Parts: sequence; C-alpha cells; structure tokens
Amino acid sequence: MTPNPCYTLLDIGHSYGGREVLRIPRLEINAGEILAVVGPSGAGKSTLLRLLNFLEAPTRGQVIFDGHEFSADRQMPLTVRRRVTTVSQRPMLLNRSVQANVEYGLRLRGHRANIPAALAAIEQVGLLGLTHQPALTLSGGEAQRVALARALVLRPAVLLLDEPTANLDPYNVALIENTVRDLNRQHHTTLVLVTHNLFQAQRLAQRVAFLLDGTLVELARADRFFQTPQDPRTAAFVRGDMVY
Amino acid sequence: MCCCLQESEYTSILLHPELFINELWHGLQQAVELVVHGSAPLTEVVLLSLRVSGIALLLSTLLGVPVGATLGLTRFPTHKLLVALTYTGMGFPPVVIGLFVYLLLSRSGPLGQFGSALIPNLFTSGAMIVAQTIIALPLVAGFTMAAVMAVDPLLRQQMIALGATRWQAALTIIVEARAGVVVAVIAGFGGIISEVGAVMLVGGNIEGRTRVLTTAIVLETRKGNFEFALALGLILLGITFIINALMMRLQGKTANV
Repeated sequence: MTPNPCYTLLDIGHSYGGREVLRIPRLEINAGEILAVVGPSGAGKSTLLRLLNFLEAPTRGQVIFDGHEFSADRQMPLTVRRRVTTVSQRPMLLNRSVQANVEYGLRLRGHRANIPAALAAIEQVGLLGLTHQPALTLSGGEAQRVALARALVLRPAVLLLDEPTANLDPYNVALIENTVRDLNRQHHTTLVLVTHNLFQAQRLAQRVAFLLDGTLVELARADRFFQTPQDPRTAAFVRGDMVY
Repeated sequence: MCCCLQESEYTSILLHPELFINELWHGLQQAVELVVHGSAPLTEVVLLSLRVSGIALLLSTLLGVPVGATLGLTRFPTHKLLVALTYTGMGFPPVVIGLFVYLLLSRSGPLGQFGSALIPNLFTSGAMIVAQTIIALPLVAGFTMAAVMAVDPLLRQQMIALGATRWQAALTIIVEARAGVVVAVIAGFGGIISEVGAVMLVGGNIEGRTRVLTTAIVLETRKGNFEFALALGLILLGITFIINALMMRLQGKTANV
C-alpha cells in the first residue's frame, strides 16, 4: 500500500536572528504513522515541531498539510490548524481543575463543557480520582498525563510529542507510551515524537529521523535506522557516541 | 459633637502628644457615632466619594486591563515608549493630573471650549471622574502588564497549540494572571480613593456637589475641626479596608477556579 503523506515539507529553512537553525530540503510524514525525531540538543527538533503545529511559519519553503500550504506568506486556516496539537515536555497546565484543563480545547472550539468526553480522556490516563483536583497541585507525572488527556479529548489527526516523558518515572513513561500507542492504533492518529531516548524511539516509532545541527541526516524505518544506519553520524549517535 | 478649636488650642495639640491622643480618641468616638446614627451631609459625602471613585475605577479597569495586557503580550515599534509612559504615569503626582484636567476642561481650554454635553464641566463630579480615571489608568495598566508578563510565555504557545486563536490565548493569559489583575485594580482604587489634590482642583470641594471624603477632611482640618476630620478619616480608612478586603476575597476565589 502506498503511504499517504499528511505532511510534505518542501525546501524548508528556518532562522532566528539571521542564524539558520533548520534546513530540510524535503520530508514527508505519512498519515497514521509514528515518526520519531532524534538528535542532540539544539539540532532543531523542537523547531521542527513548532513548524508542524503551525506555531511559526518557516522563513523559507512551505509545509503542506492535507493539501493546505503553510509558509511565510500563507497562514494555515484555523479549522485545519485545530487538527494538530502538541504535548510538550512541560505540561503547561492552567490554574484550574484537572477537568477544566482537559475541557479547555473543547471550549476553544465552541463546545460547552463536554463532561463525558473529558472524563473518558481523564480515565484513559488513569486520573479519574483527581478530576476536581487543582491541576497545579499535581506531581510531574500526573500533570503530564493531564496534558496528554487535554490533547486526547480533541481527537487530533496529528499529535506532536515533544519529549513527553523526560524526567518521568518508569510507571508514567509506560502509561504515556501505551496511551499514545493505543491512540495511533485505534484512531490512526499520526504521531511525531521528539525524544532523546533512543529506546523509546525503538519501542514506539515505525520510522526514525535523525536531525543534526538543523539538517536531516537520515530518515529510515526504525529497524533499519537502529541496525544498519547508512550515515556514519547516525551510526555514532545510535552507538551512544558524542556527535556534534 | 464637633468643636472648633481656637488658635491656642490648635498650637497646643501640635506641642502636646497627650492632647493629640485625646483628639484621636474623640475622633474615633465621633466616627462611631456618625456611622451608627448617620448624618445627611456625611452620607452625601461618602456616597459621592464612592460614586466618583467607583465610576473612575470601572473606566480605568475597562481601559487599563486591555492596555496592560496588550503591552504585556505584544511587541510593536512604539512598545518601549508606551511602557515608559505607563511607568511614568504610575508615579505622576495626582495634583499635576488635576492641573492638566483643569486646563483641558476650563471654558477656554482645548476641550472645554466646545461646550459639548459629552465633556464634563469643571467643578462637577464628571470632572472629578475624568481626573481620577486618568490617575488610576496607568496604575491598572502597569500592574496588569506586569501580571501578564509574569505568566510563562510557553503557556500562551501551548494554548495556541491546543487551537486557541490569538484573542482566545490572550484572554486565557489574562484569566491566568487574574490574581495580579485584581492587585492592579486594588492599586488603582488605592490611588484614587485617597487622592485629594486633583479632586480639589477640578471639583472645587463644593458642599453638596463635589465634596468628597478627602476634600472634606482637608476643609475640616483647616477649620481646626480635628475631631470631625479624624472621624471622616477613620470612615475613609474603613471604606478602603472593606473594599480591599472584598477584592482580596475575590482574588482568593479566582486563584482556585
């Protein structure tokens, strides 16, 4: 079956203060796949996610999502933008209850409080007992699970995960990984996972992209990426060598 | 109850602390009596104070919160200049603002010359509201700006990532900064309820028309009527305390939404 790209990135260049931090001549992300993006700090991984969530327009080139173009000259329509969301390394919860946080995205879309959907999402991340708890009193792992529930309730076509399990204990890591894996399997949600954790990339991803210094060094199926990397820099990174 | 002091008694109060304490005690008693029994002139002064400062606070909040939020959340070419002007306004002497409003609204002034029904005349409560709004506006805007800027910028980005429009994200940040916004309103209220110079200049302290608590205190003190002035002062303190307590209660409630 021919893969169906939901994202096509063409001739992307992105700069901050005149310094180009991302250069991607071409990248396709297939609908329904789990793509892991790995690389050292400062490689441009989070910048890539901001472009994919249409938070920043690329300085050069275009991001095509489901036939809609996003570039420096063209904004993404709100309805299309709302099909994509992000769970970041820091949960960034509102100073409200867990339930109010989970309902936030629904309210933005004009839905009145959808309690069954919110409760279902809260249950999915195992926090039903904390529904009315102030979100800012939760532990790091619980807060990150609320952030995930807040994204799940929106049933996004694409979920972008930026180091979602960094600094979490194994229980919370496993719970989050299982939840996003189920989301992908049951709803064919496209997942783009930025991670420093190569084992996590191996566990979850179907394809892996290696970014180094803003450049896409290698993109391959996960088994090939880890077993027979083509680029010596990828091989070094997979071995755990320092790569600059 | 009030007794006007002779010059010799006036001097004695300044020289002998025990007399001051005596006056303070009598002032307190008189304040309690005035509040308990009520008096038409006092009620009038208190209601006018609350009306003038209340309307001025409402106007400065309606203008100041969006202005402060805009300064806190956006960057544009004149941003730094506007921030500097806001900070300057926060420390501007109210009497100077009173002078500006006086000159603006006087019959030969830039606004007064039009004689429009929309522009208040000098020596009316409308002129006092204008002056107090201008005094409170930079306080409300400045503290709102600081409150909004204290919210993590990544929160706004996360809200947009969840599908918020720019407006929805800005509103969310203002709601997140609500405790600080309440402080901004409290600061604005504190700046005008206790203010005397501007309202004296543009209001004229006319009995039954523009006399408010602060100008009445000045007048009674000048008359040497210390007990009554103290009573008014204590009532002003009480009103300020009650309103601030109510706002703090609101702040506490909003912090746990």
